[in-house]
Amino acid sequence: MQQFFVFVRKECYHIFRDKRTLLILFGMPLVLIILFGFAITNEIHHAQIAVLDQSRDSYSQRLVRKMTASRYFEVNRYLSSYKEIGPAFRQGDVKLVVVIPGRFAHSFEHEKVAAVQLLTDASDPNTATTLINYANAMIIQYQQELTGEIKLPLTIRSEIQMVYNPSLKGVFLFVPGVMTLILMLVSAMMTSITITREKELGTMEILLVSPLKPVMIIAGKVVPYIVLSFIISLIILAMGTWVFAMPVKGSLLLLLLECILFGLTALSLGILISSMTNSQQTAMMISLMGLMLPTVLLSGFVFPLESMPKPLQVVANVLPAKWFNIILKDVMLKGAGLRQVWMPTAILCGMTVFFLAVSIRKFKIRLS
Amino acid sequence: MNNYSIVTKDLTKRFGSFTATDAITFEVGQGEIFGFLGANGAGKTTAMRMLCGLLKPSSGEAKVAGYDIYTQTEQIKKRIGYMSQKFSLYEDLTVKENIRFYGGIYGLSNQQIKEKTHALLDRLQLEKEARQLVSSLPLGWKQKLSFSIALLHDPSIVFLDEPTGGVDPITRRQFWDLIYESADKGVTIFVTTHYMDEAEYCNRISIMVDGKIKALDTPAGLKKQFNAESMNDVFLQLARAKS
Repeated sequence: MQQFFVFVRKECYHIFRDKRTLLILFGMPLVLIILFGFAITNEIHHAQIAVLDQSRDSYSQRLVRKMTASRYFEVNRYLSSYKEIGPAFRQGDVKLVVVIPGRFAHSFEHEKVAAVQLLTDASDPNTATTLINYANAMIIQYQQELTGEIKLPLTIRSEIQMVYNPSLKGVFLFVPGVMTLILMLVSAMMTSITITREKELGTMEILLVSPLKPVMIIAGKVVPYIVLSFIISLIILAMGTWVFAMPVKGSLLLLLLECILFGLTALSLGILISSMTNSQQTAMMISLMGLMLPTVLLSGFVFPLESMPKPLQVVANVLPAKWFNIILKDVMLKGAGLRQVWMPTAILCGMTVFFLAVSIRKFKIRLS
Repeated sequence: MNNYSIVTKDLTKRFGSFTATDAITFEVGQGEIFGFLGANGAGKTTAMRMLCGLLKPSSGEAKVAGYDIYTQTEQIKKRIGYMSQKFSLYEDLTVKENIRFYGGIYGLSNQQIKEKTHALLDRLQLEKEARQLVSSLPLGWKQKLSFSIALLHDPSIVFLDEPTGGVDPITRRQFWDLIYESADKGVTIFVTTHYMDEAEYCNRISIMVDGKIKALDTPAGLKKQFNAESMNDVFLQLARAKS
């Protein structure tokens, strides 16, 4: 046991004396959370619109006022002819053009049908769709205001309720995502690097010649990172709840245990990587390309999994990140208990055991 | 047989179809300085790794410190010290922390570590640098420190794998003074080297060519046997005979 503590202490010296490691460990989570929380968001505020109002009557003006009253749209300019639409888009600020044809009020009152044309800059399709949806919603609302409760012969009214995230905050998606990413980075990449570093420096040989058991060497290297990854999950959770008001509806204990479990899964992956290569460079490349990239792209945290082609969805199943993401969202937002998340939990456990078993097979007690 | 610290008989290691060490047989006496020479790729490192328990032999027998290298590696590990050709201390730890760490993993008590640290620093005259990071020491000092740390747990045999690579002749000489000191205390020294002047310092040397031991005697005996002026000539004759 004393040997083990000596080893862990040495490992802590390595971690706390290396500024790069410290930066990755503590700087990265903060930067990512802040970036994703504040800067990178798929919500749209103050989109610049241009208005081509050919009616200039009270109805059309009320419509424009209605749209700009929300914080979603801001009138960037008024256009006076169709010819100006192209240049307005090309200048880049204007994302949406609202064209109100002449005699808007007249058509509405007498013909019972009035048209509004929406043009959007679809070079960014997601933004375009979102803007159209916003604008449509407002136009429908406006129409209802004007017509009042006119009884139509038949109507289907859809009552929409956004459950679990009523204000559609993007942060709720990003906090679990960033947590997954960071735990993967810290646990998998850092362990694979720290183990391969000993191999590269030749100190691994000295350790293997010593009476230390190989399992003890690996455990000694990994334990500090388990503790660190746990502390980091706490930091991210704390920032999520206090800065971004992300709820933890489920049991906090379950959430923390799941964090530890995912930490272990990532660590076993890190050990596996380090058993495949002897160089820090390679270990880092494998972790970045083989783990980080799929984690970002395929865990369902940036791009929705459901809209991916089938083969990619299958690949995503192999990623621990996908399952951890599900667990996090279920527990934090939906208040799920172990009974609801037993399956992803079991999958993560299975993966951990599998990775460890493979690495133990690969980790040669006698370096040959 | 009891005063031999290393005994091997037909020790062989094959990697696939390549035979790295081919049935080598030799004995090393207790307290002897045994030089293990050979060109790069002659099989020195492989042989040494088998003796340290880092590699499993393909066939043959060997005993290190009286223990079998197949079944008693745990006992062997406690009784050997090892210094690799790559520098084997942690650069981002101080001198003292390195000593503490290696003492710790060999299971020395705090009291023992304290005493040994003091003695070691005193002998190497490193007291002033005890709290400095190892990375700030000159190479020669690092190597002396590395050697002393390999001896920290009082092993009966130390394996030195090209310990003086890249070191100037004066430091190399000082390093050998340390080796002699330990050998006088009865520690067996098993050393591989490229430097022929170092070969002269050994009690006995073996020269490996293509996985086989081609010559094994005292330096003087070898020079006589090959009718050569220096160890360098002996070595060249053997290496040329190969091609």
